[in-house]
Amino acid sequence: MTWGTTDLTVRFDGEVALDQVSVSIEPGVIYAVIGGDGASKSTLLRVLAGLGLDHEGQVRLPPQERIGFVPSHGGVFGDLTVDENVAFIAAAYGLKNWQPRARELLERAVIDRFGDRLAGQLSGGQRRKLAGSMALLPEPQLLVLDEVTTGVDPVSRMELWRIVAGAAAAGTAIVAATTYLDEAERAEQVVLLHNGCVLALGTPAEIVDGIPGRVTDETTPSERSNAWRHGRRWHQWHPPGSTSNTSTSNASRTNSAHQTYRPSLEDAAIVHELAFVGASE
Amino acid sequence: MNAVDARTVTKNFGQFTAVDTADIHVEPGEVVGLLGANGAGKTTLIRMILGLLEPTEGMICLFGEPPGIEQRRRIGYVPQNLGLYTDLTLAENLTFRSRVFSAAPAPAPMSTGMSTGVVVKEQVVGSLPLGLQRRGAFQAALQHRPDLLVLDEPTSGVSPLARSELWDIIRSEADRGVAVLASTHYMDEAVQTDRLVVMANGQVVATGSVADVIDDRRTFVVEADQWAEAFAALDNAGRQPRLDGRTIRIRDDCDTSTRSINEALKMSGVVADIRSDKATLEEVMVELST
Repeated sequence: MTWGTTDLTVRFDGEVALDQVSVSIEPGVIYAVIGGDGASKSTLLRVLAGLGLDHEGQVRLPPQERIGFVPSHGGVFGDLTVDENVAFIAAAYGLKNWQPRARELLERAVIDRFGDRLAGQLSGGQRRKLAGSMALLPEPQLLVLDEVTTGVDPVSRMELWRIVAGAAAAGTAIVAATTYLDEAERAEQVVLLHNGCVLALGTPAEIVDGIPGRVTDETTPSERSNAWRHGRRWHQWHPPGSTSNTSTSNASRTNSAHQTYRPSLEDAAIVHELAFVGASE
Repeated sequence: MNAVDARTVTKNFGQFTAVDTADIHVEPGEVVGLLGANGAGKTTLIRMILGLLEPTEGMICLFGEPPGIEQRRRIGYVPQNLGLYTDLTLAENLTFRSRVFSAAPAPAPMSTGMSTGVVVKEQVVGSLPLGLQRRGAFQAALQHRPDLLVLDEPTSGVSPLARSELWDIIRSEADRGVAVLASTHYMDEAVQTDRLVVMANGQVVATGSVADVIDDRRTFVVEADQWAEAFAALDNAGRQPRLDGRTIRIRDDCDTSTRSINEALKMSGVVADIRSDKATLEEVMVELST
């Protein structure tokens, strides 16, 4: 069974938030949704979470009770204990014999010893792990995660991703928006959104391979508007056919360290955004 | 002279030791990245450097002197929650901040791409996208031309392009001699720094470049056609697997060997290729923190 969207368009007050977005979502695959402010990552995720936004185009989703959703803020009841939060979800979904699975999820999230603690008193990372565990308790076919790792420390992030990967291994489709590109690099598929449009879609390697032109590593960039910092050095994008794309550019003559470089996903996301901005000007 | 010199600094809160004999220094023109999990002591250390907390033991010097009002005036600080008044415009925030420091407002920092133009400055900060709020917070912190910039998660939550613009500002400041201390949870960002300081349980547990911190640590990489079954088998065996695309990574520690991984896989009837790979900075961070 494949879920997803075809030519999905969402408007808010007449303004286009998502523009003909088509994504195919398969069981057991982790999809990372990346993009900057105003990319409409959250809008896409809200549609996929079945939150009933007005839209044009097709949306194919599992039954609502088989969709798990963790919003960018919240997702837990701060005034309930960890155990009460989990019990509430079990009751709301009418789950039977849920305790062993709940115990296992909380153990993997390394929050099982905080059963009596109010969720509001957990650390940020612990709260996100609890929210993830609660979303997974009813064994969703599709799990939608909206920037659940932003601001979360590396240890909690790794634990959270282990739970998510375990769900994917058991066949759950995962759609996760993230601002950490190292996380997206470990996803099987990446959706790069910008201003509500899909700029690139594929495996991390396909997104890197799909950038137009090439990227070089420089000590001094020849065109600063197409360059970004990499420690004390720079990475520079040379669009196809640009004058700086030849070996006679100032940078290559004056800079012996000028070399074509295998871009990271972060570089690729920057290039796709620069190319989009350049094309719309 | 170092901008920050913290020597064997300890901070106790009652019985709890938040920072334990930590040494850290930041030279002018240098960008130092501070890494650590929650509770590692980063925030307490930063608060001592800012003069908001007194060390229980040890000593902190700013620009060669104990931290006093004159030294603190030379610090620019961008907290994680940005420290801007969200119901004032950016222009009002900048004016207020410059008057607090009795400083003439400085021009916006140089950067490629978007600029905090007039339209943006007249908007209430709370209505701006996070990337612009962060740029505004940087501008506010840089107005009095500080010699030490302390940044707590400076690029959290922004896009790659916006992040690159923020690092352009940070690097430009370092290029003109400003010392920068930046905490981050984002391991890819570590490459932007000149030197890393890794904290765990209140102590400094590693320092140096990314390569120095990773050292010779290794990770097992498991590749199997039946990746899902392999992941489940290793997870059930308590091996704490991580998924990277469809390959599985497992920490190489004294309890784990090719043989023990194979045994866990064999019980589920999974055949896999197992090889050793260099650990990533994130894997090392987690190892140092647990």
